[in-house]
Amino acid sequence: MAGRFGLHSVMFGKGGDRRWLAASALVAVLVVAPVVSLALIAAQGSGDLWPHIFAFVLPQALRETAILLLGVGVMVVTLGTALAWLMTAYEFPGRRVFDWALLLPLATPTYIVAFAYLDLLHPIGPIQTGLRALFGIEDVRGLWFPDVRSMGGCILLLGFVLYPYVYLSTRAMFLMQAGSLLEASRTLGASRSRMFFRVALPLARPAIAVGASLALMEALNDIGASEFLGVRTLSVSIYSTWINRSNLPGAAQIALAMLVIVVSLILLERWARRRQRYVSMAQRARRAAPMPLTGWRAGVTIAFLSLPIVIGFVLPALHLGAEAWKRIAFAGVSPEIWQEILNTVLISAVATFVALLLGFLVASTARLSQARTAGVLLRASSLGYAVPGTVLAIGLMTPIFALDNMLADGLEKFLGISVGLLISGSGAVLVYAYVVRFLAISAGGVESGLSKLSPSLDGAARALGETAGGAMRRVHLPLLRPALGAAALLVFVDCMKELPATLLLRPLNFETLATHLYGEAARGTYEDGSVAATCIILVGLIPVIMLARLGRRRQFAYGGASETQEAIAREIILGDGAPAPGRSAV
Amino acid sequence: MMKSNSAASLDVQHVRQVFGSTLAVDDVSLAVTPGETVCLLGHSGCGKTTLLRVVAGLERPTSGKVILDGREVAGPGAFVPPEQRGVGLMFQDYALFPHLTILDNVMFGLARMPGAKARAIAEASLTRVGLAKYANDYPHMLSGGEQQRVALARALAPQPGILLMDEPFSNLDQRMRERIREETMGLLREKDATALVVTHDPVEAMMIADRIVLMRGGRIVQTGTPEELYERPVSLFAARFFCDLNEIEGQARDGRVETPLGAFDAPVDAPHGRCVVCVRPTSLHIVPPAEADAVGVVIRRRFLGDSDLITARVDGLVAPLMLKALPGVASTLSETIGVRVTHGHALVFALGGDSLASS
Repeated sequence: MAGRFGLHSVMFGKGGDRRWLAASALVAVLVVAPVVSLALIAAQGSGDLWPHIFAFVLPQALRETAILLLGVGVMVVTLGTALAWLMTAYEFPGRRVFDWALLLPLATPTYIVAFAYLDLLHPIGPIQTGLRALFGIEDVRGLWFPDVRSMGGCILLLGFVLYPYVYLSTRAMFLMQAGSLLEASRTLGASRSRMFFRVALPLARPAIAVGASLALMEALNDIGASEFLGVRTLSVSIYSTWINRSNLPGAAQIALAMLVIVVSLILLERWARRRQRYVSMAQRARRAAPMPLTGWRAGVTIAFLSLPIVIGFVLPALHLGAEAWKRIAFAGVSPEIWQEILNTVLISAVATFVALLLGFLVASTARLSQARTAGVLLRASSLGYAVPGTVLAIGLMTPIFALDNMLADGLEKFLGISVGLLISGSGAVLVYAYVVRFLAISAGGVESGLSKLSPSLDGAARALGETAGGAMRRVHLPLLRPALGAAALLVFVDCMKELPATLLLRPLNFETLATHLYGEAARGTYEDGSVAATCIILVGLIPVIMLARLGRRRQFAYGGASETQEAIAREIILGDGAPAPGRSAV
Repeated sequence: MMKSNSAASLDVQHVRQVFGSTLAVDDVSLAVTPGETVCLLGHSGCGKTTLLRVVAGLERPTSGKVILDGREVAGPGAFVPPEQRGVGLMFQDYALFPHLTILDNVMFGLARMPGAKARAIAEASLTRVGLAKYANDYPHMLSGGEQQRVALARALAPQPGILLMDEPFSNLDQRMRERIREETMGLLREKDATALVVTHDPVEAMMIADRIVLMRGGRIVQTGTPEELYERPVSLFAARFFCDLNEIEGQARDGRVETPLGAFDAPVDAPHGRCVVCVRPTSLHIVPPAEADAVGVVIRRRFLGDSDLITARVDGLVAPLMLKALPGVASTLSETIGVRVTHGHALVFALGGDSLASS
């Protein structure tokens, strides 16, 4: 009964509703502003450069991006689905280890995996040297070896680190499909493969599409890997148009083209979710009994499952770890690295705090407000997740610099002090960008946490004499602690790993671990890069461990009222549970 | 501010509540005197829960007034938020705060008191519902019945002027429900509290209410004591709500309706036209065929323990008659029995209208 109400209740005091709505609206405006400004900049036209961009840059960038997305899409879908099916339908020695190990590549950002393989596969790198030694080839050019700096190499590497999105969502769907469905198909005489193609796969299609669209957004957002590997995607073109030609309108025009792709990916995701309902309708999930594999079948399966883990995580992580070890043993940890760690942690922590605060604001308003607009504002505030970092940065530049100059002029004129560029110079613009990009995670986390709290809890608190704010403080906040914790962790890790927006928006001489790595890769020097990369991988492992622990135990605190952080983390990453397409690049 | 601990009166005047295009509550007026227990009864979606939430202050009525103990708490000029109304509210799902112990739950509404005093009151409140020993447990560690009693203790602890309960017993299993209901109502009587209880169960309403408000489609169908509603329902809907009925259609002429069970008085205001004569299974008796209003053949007999439910086919009736008899009165199938209607126990309604006559 209570469920019929909830969103329409008088949950605010007099006038409170309007204040909260206004605050939510402000957040939504701040999130949408960069995209609007992008359109305005693009409309200015890029003058003499436009014919050049239109004739040479854009077609190539579009083609390369399309090929990259297509290749990565095919690869993550095949790999992710195959792995998910093997892990649900079969039992073999070591299955429990693969349960969490298959998630490890989530800890390696795309630019780090590319950075590692450039080194690993270099003609004088460990792999080619080893192979030459094996075949007794003396000449460095005597061994034919495919060049990783190619479209093919880029597709393979991105595929091997992005497949977990498809794997996670699809495996969850396979597990959710009532065991009875699969068992029914077996009693009807279907073989395992027929069962897969006729029952499991069609039912899992929505999950596959959701996972794939998340992976593709990551691929689209990537700047490091494509650039290191010589693939001139839209992201790379935006960056170089701005950095090398200082042409903002040109960069904005390319960015707009990129937004078109983003919108189609979102539409794909929405379309897939629309069909998710009939699957979740299946009764209590009871996993169909997996078929035991032994002997050579088990061996082949294990080898196949190990491949993505080794390529996507073990090899690069071990290599970078070893290089970092050597570097530290040789030169110690340089003061620059310490400074960069401090920078990274500080700016990520501030952004996390702001994102959490605003996420709580918009999600709570959406729950408590009578107005339907509150829900719309929540969706609008979550849009930033889909805007690639480069696009976001280009959109932010003009308004922020204008504001900065206004502030500087004003302060100088009226107070006679020269403050320089307050917002862009202090890194505030970076915080802004991180918040826009990752607000979906915190808002989605709070929203999914709130959705598990019965609306009658609000009513009970109010009837017991508590104000709206008091109910929030005494009831919601303590119950949301796991959700807030999970969201905070995910936002923090994502901020630490963020590269494209950081590259474009950081203050002069301000380096984070990610930009340091980028700088070294771009220069082709290999000094402290491995140390920075190892730091990022280690931090990136934290949410992966959280996810992996979820796989093993599903525990509910408070008798079901509030789930564990791990469960919430999973919901946030895949965006299920809450309708918000919140997600994160763990 | 919590109100005094004396029972409050409630006056609901012409309340309407519109959600989007749905009219949830349509011009409802209702008065509850201090110390009275009133049940809002109806099928799901009839607006009873919405009305309760309007009284609690969780919904602001689209129009109309709510007056609590002489103070206008909702109306054109005023809206008092729920926390300032001094109402106790119990939810169907109890809404216990999962992160707080039982004691802290009960103390939640006593925040404005000094800690020691609040604790003493909460403990006393828990003792009264027999749960003092669970004070430091968490809600999920308790059974459904215990959780219900915690919710009751929590709602009563701040001494509200009126207690509002939304299906307070429906989440309990049958046997527990009766016991907890007795205990709860006993406690309310003891405290002489005013209570407004939402339920969909007519038996429950009759057991606990001083007065029942029967609702349908957002409107009040009938208000009265349980006896009034049972004995003198104003409409076929009200009659059907409380009991299974044998319904026999007939044509009224000059104030009389002829049926195979005999002639009955037609509704006073509809002396002519289509009518339906309703007879409860308990108002039919088995008599020797010679003394009967009608004669029928037993086609089914179900043993209910203290009575038999007998289904008999009577010539001239489309549907078989259902009647309750002492066990063993009619024991064999195909037995021919005589049926007589207890005098004055038939309800006659004009079809299409809602008027009543009993004969």
